[in-house]
Amino acid sequence: MARHWWVAPCAASFFAGEAFAEYPANIFAPAATPAHSIFDLSMLVLSVTLGIFLTVAGLLTYALIRFRQRPGDSNEEPPQIYGSDQIELSWTVIPILIVVMLFLTTARVILGTQAIPKPKNAMNVTVVGHQFWWEFRYPQYGIVTANELHVPVSTAAHPEPTYLTMTSADVVHSFWVPRLAGKTDVIPDRVNTMWFNPHKPGLYLGQCAQYCGAQHATMLIRVYAQTPAQFMAWVRQQQQPAQQSFPGDPLAAEGEQVFMHNACINCHTIAGTAATGRDGPDLTHLASRQTIASGSIPNTPANLRKWIEDPSAMRPGTLMPAMHLSQHDVDAVAAYLTELR
Amino acid sequence: MMSAAAIHTAGAPGGRETPWRQPYRGTVGMACLIAAEASIFIIFVVAYIFYIGKSLSGPTPAEVLELPIFGTICLLSSSITVHFAVSALRKGNLRGCTLNLAGTVLLGLIFLGSTAQEWYHLIHDDGLTIQTNLFGTTYYSLVGLHASHVVVGLILLSLTLAFCLMGRVKQEHAEKLETLSLYWHFVDGVWVVVFLVVYVLGR
Amino acid sequence: MSTTRALDGIDETLAPQGRRERNLIYEWLSTVDHKKIGILYIVYSLIFLLIAGFEAMLMRIQLAVPDNHFVSPQTFNELFTMHGTTMVFFVGMPILFGFGNYLVPLMIGARDMAFPRLNAFSFWISAFAGLLLYFSYFGGSGLYAAGSAPSVGWFAYAPLTAKVFSPGHSTDYWTLAIFLSGIGSIGAAVNFVTTIVCMRCKGMRFGRMPLLVWLYLVTACLVFVAVSPLTAAQIMLTLDRYLGAHFFDTQAGGSAVLWMHFFWIFGHPEVYILVLPAFGFASEIIPVFSRKAIFGYPAMVGATVAIGFISLGVWAHHMFTVGLGPSANTFFVFATMVISVPTGIKIFNWLATIWGGKLIFKTPMLFSIAFLFQFLIGGLTGIMLSVAPFDWQLGNSYFVVAHFHYILVGAILSMIFAAFYYWYPKMTGRMLSETIGKWHFWLFIIGFHLTFDFMHIPGLLGMPRRIYTYEANRGWGTLNMIVSIGAAIQAISILIFAYNLVHSYFKGKAAGHDPWDAWTLEWSTPSPPPDYNFAVEPAVNSRRPLWDLKHPDDPDSDYE
Ligand code: HEA
Ligand code: HEA
Ligand code: HEC
Ligand code: CUA
Ligand SMILES: [Cu+2]
Repeated sequence: MARHWWVAPCAASFFAGEAFAEYPANIFAPAATPAHSIFDLSMLVLSVTLGIFLTVAGLLTYALIRFRQRPGDSNEEPPQIYGSDQIELSWTVIPILIVVMLFLTTARVILGTQAIPKPKNAMNVTVVGHQFWWEFRYPQYGIVTANELHVPVSTAAHPEPTYLTMTSADVVHSFWVPRLAGKTDVIPDRVNTMWFNPHKPGLYLGQCAQYCGAQHATMLIRVYAQTPAQFMAWVRQQQQPAQQSFPGDPLAAEGEQVFMHNACINCHTIAGTAATGRDGPDLTHLASRQTIASGSIPNTPANLRKWIEDPSAMRPGTLMPAMHLSQHDVDAVAAYLTELR
Repeated sequence: MMSAAAIHTAGAPGGRETPWRQPYRGTVGMACLIAAEASIFIIFVVAYIFYIGKSLSGPTPAEVLELPIFGTICLLSSSITVHFAVSALRKGNLRGCTLNLAGTVLLGLIFLGSTAQEWYHLIHDDGLTIQTNLFGTTYYSLVGLHASHVVVGLILLSLTLAFCLMGRVKQEHAEKLETLSLYWHFVDGVWVVVFLVVYVLGR
Repeated sequence: MSTTRALDGIDETLAPQGRRERNLIYEWLSTVDHKKIGILYIVYSLIFLLIAGFEAMLMRIQLAVPDNHFVSPQTFNELFTMHGTTMVFFVGMPILFGFGNYLVPLMIGARDMAFPRLNAFSFWISAFAGLLLYFSYFGGSGLYAAGSAPSVGWFAYAPLTAKVFSPGHSTDYWTLAIFLSGIGSIGAAVNFVTTIVCMRCKGMRFGRMPLLVWLYLVTACLVFVAVSPLTAAQIMLTLDRYLGAHFFDTQAGGSAVLWMHFFWIFGHPEVYILVLPAFGFASEIIPVFSRKAIFGYPAMVGATVAIGFISLGVWAHHMFTVGLGPSANTFFVFATMVISVPTGIKIFNWLATIWGGKLIFKTPMLFSIAFLFQFLIGGLTGIMLSVAPFDWQLGNSYFVVAHFHYILVGAILSMIFAAFYYWYPKMTGRMLSETIGKWHFWLFIIGFHLTFDFMHIPGLLGMPRRIYTYEANRGWGTLNMIVSIGAAIQAISILIFAYNLVHSYFKGKAAGHDPWDAWTLEWSTPSPPPDYNFAVEPAVNSRRPLWDLKHPDDPDSDYE
């Protein structure tokens, strides 16, 4: 019957990382300590449950074959057996022992992940979930950005784990980057924390894992783990105020004016300008990001243009309204935003 | 093929069987209903306790709530009168039953009246509505849920009283009246909890 | 003689003559007979099964390939909300109440349920609730014209359900529908408990009741303590939405987490409410087709009661990612895992019942065997989820979706099919076709395994649930295509089943009293049973009264 179901996850575990490298969110390809300890625990759990499955399913299959009615059997009923205290006791006690064993191992991992104090050398990020995008604030560096999280790699020689403090501006979301750590819900009436320490540089994909409305599906997360040097370079670039003069590009300069004289500034912040809104993503260094709309749309000039013209055409249900700018103004704003590196 | 009659004979209880008796349907049904209602109240009470002191703005319970001693005494004594009504009916004392029922209804009405007065005071003088803050939200819903149960109980009791006055209630209806009285005791019991949570713990 | 009488019964229900037609409709609308109400429940939930299954098919088409535009995001969100809500509240619960209504009085030798009118009321209010839910497609737009059907998911986390985030009326239809169906369920449960406690025939002590009756007793008790909290929470949500209360309004200090607790205090026991009756069916069918008494009856009863109690204390395993803190998480891990002990006892007792028997592989038995395997797997994936750290990865992923469909479809729906094949003859007087039944069984099994075996893997590869589409670069495409193909095969098998129900009603073999040579009281009545069930009130001496009759030399009563 369903005997071979187990092959898949078991294969996944054996070839973790290797055979499944083309799956960017594979939980069996851990790349940070929390994901690793979950991985180790999950291997144990998988083996125990596999063992139970093989035993019970094996007995069942044997019984089905052995005790089937055969043609030519007599009409007599088989001997009636009403129970047996000893046997029943054994299949009560053995599961209890398995449960106790599983429980103790689980408890150790829970305490090891959740009940440890915040490391001193941690890099802090405040995460705010929004319908349908992520706000990332770096209090140590005075940076605000959106949707793309940059963190330093943490090695044994140079440990610098990333410590997230998370809350939500509206409904419940959940922060999940499978290769780094398990998910943690992002809830309006409480502050949650989690941490991870990517061992290798790279792009780690994840997404919102709690249904939060129309565009829950495209509320993606991109974590860029960088070497400490690259990371600091990024930090320095993000700390600059936004570019404000565009000598070679009159269209961008015009776009800046359009932006500043429209409702854009009520919702978006561009550091160093009159735009200080908090309802939408910070646009100060928009052009330094590879995607817009929480990772679901590549950040190209053409896409930006389309977005400003009518966001809900690209992303039905988004909370940014269409601003009904003229075609020319749209071009200008797009040119301006493309310059914000 | 055997028939039901065959089963009857085959299954004729042997000598060691005790006589076949099962509980009264009404009592069991009411007990079930009470279990379900109790769970509903527990959830409201939990919400009340959870939100104690969490309101973002005033007024607070300590500022506006007063102990509804009189109403409480009335409601609790109505449990006693309804009990007397049942035992009177059981003995066939129809007059006693009617009188005690009338007393119960009266006491219940007084309780409702005192709640109404309290709400009027809160809404009119203190400006506390269900929208004001978490205290208002939890207070009106918990006390209101209880009051709506009192209303239901009163309607049933008044109907019974009306039947009594019309002379349609007989001694053999004692079990039914007892079922109703169970509900009434439950409503009173809930009030004790509400009282403790809202007026004692919550202040 | 009795066979003829059984056939007379069928002729009466069929009654196609014009003059009696109106009476028939009136009769069914106004009936208070537990058998008719049972059938109403069953037919009604079958219709909803088709509707909710159809919604599932639309979702599967949308998810079959990446970046698909078959339905809009909003529509997809409505689809899974309606699918989940309908399946749980308007398929699962009513179909189990339907079988219970039909079977419990017959099995305990009673002539009706304890409160026949309450019974009819419970059915009609549940039926109305279902219609109300679907009326949201027309009435849900409200002033804001924001979507129509509710799109908050079946556990409707706050504050997404607040007026600001869900304008319009669709969420109100959802709330009201659940509230009313809750009232119906509580009414039905009151009836079950009272019937079982007060209406057993002579000699039917608690220790002699068929296991199915025990399981319904525990289920009904769970309804009181589980469905009522949901009812209370729905009242609060309505107060929030209509009177401006702040229970779940996070802007005014209200708590989103409180709703989660309230919902799962209901939600977890609810899944056992759904599965326990299925256990009941298994405990009746497996012995009959193994030709052996159930193994370890007292342990089975004890395990049932234990499951009922433990299931009340495990709800937060749906909230491992909420950040309840290490000690709460640890507690709920333990409580959740402990449930596997009584559940294991049940599995092993069924196994032991089969052991040494003489197995007859008729369709009801085939479905029961599939149930055993599939429940085993679904239970074990549950154990994986109960390991909190593992759940931080698996929670809200397609692994969870696979886990619960394994039980809801693989175990419960399978067992419901088994129950149909087993008791349809009693209800209609006709056998369901075995040939069509085998087709139904094998297609369903193939479809089921294609769908839900493969559904685990995208979860392990990081695919969250409730997403209307996904990008091609995630590597989930092929797997989702297989899943969707499996769902299509399931759809075909269910249509075959529907055909079998109708076809056999007219053309099926006559069943007679006792087509399976079974042992419980319902088989001593004609098929279908007359209005009064039993001409003479039965009295019993053991758990298997009909066994005693058939084997007077070796009656069960000697062993109990
Ligand atoms: C009827 C349905 C049903 C049943 C019976 C179960 C049974 C179990 N479920 Fe499941 N579950 C659901 C329906 C069901 N579940 C649904 C609908 C959801 C998702 C809701 C949503 O989010 O929409 C869910 C979600 C869910 C979660 C939350 C996942 C998440 O969202 O993050 C968890 C976590 O612990 C869980 C665990 C379990 C466990 C431990 C059992 C146990 O009862 C299983 C016990 C059985 C066995 C273990 C097998 C037999 C035992 C043996 C052979 C003995 C030996 C075994 C051992 C010693 C281990 N379930
Ligand atoms: C008893 C409960 C039950 C049952 C039986 C099913 C049955 C099925 N479910 Fe469902 N499901 C849930 C309960 C159930 N489900 C719940 C609670 C959720 C969570 C909802 C939420 O997240 O809020 C869920 C969510 C859910 C999802 C996840 C959606 C998401 O997260 O985005 C998916 C996706 O594949 C799915 C698929 C299926 C499929 C393919 C079946 C199949 O087994 C269905 C088979 C039946 C049919 C196919 C019907 C056959 C008949 C026809 C097709 C006739 C067609 C009619 C006409 C043409 C007129 N279900
Ligand atoms: C009512 C508030 C509001 C106004 C006014 C508004 N926006 Fe937005 N904007 C948002 C929100 C909310 C988002 C995030 C939407 C999403 O990701 O779905 C957003 C996203 C964006 C993005 C993508 C950013 C990213 O990193 O994903 C750009 C670019 C943008 N807005 C530009 C503009 C421009 C230009 C204007 C004015 C013409 C404007 N916005 C006006 C709220 C607003
Ligand atoms: Cu945010 Cu889902
Ligand atoms: Cu659960």
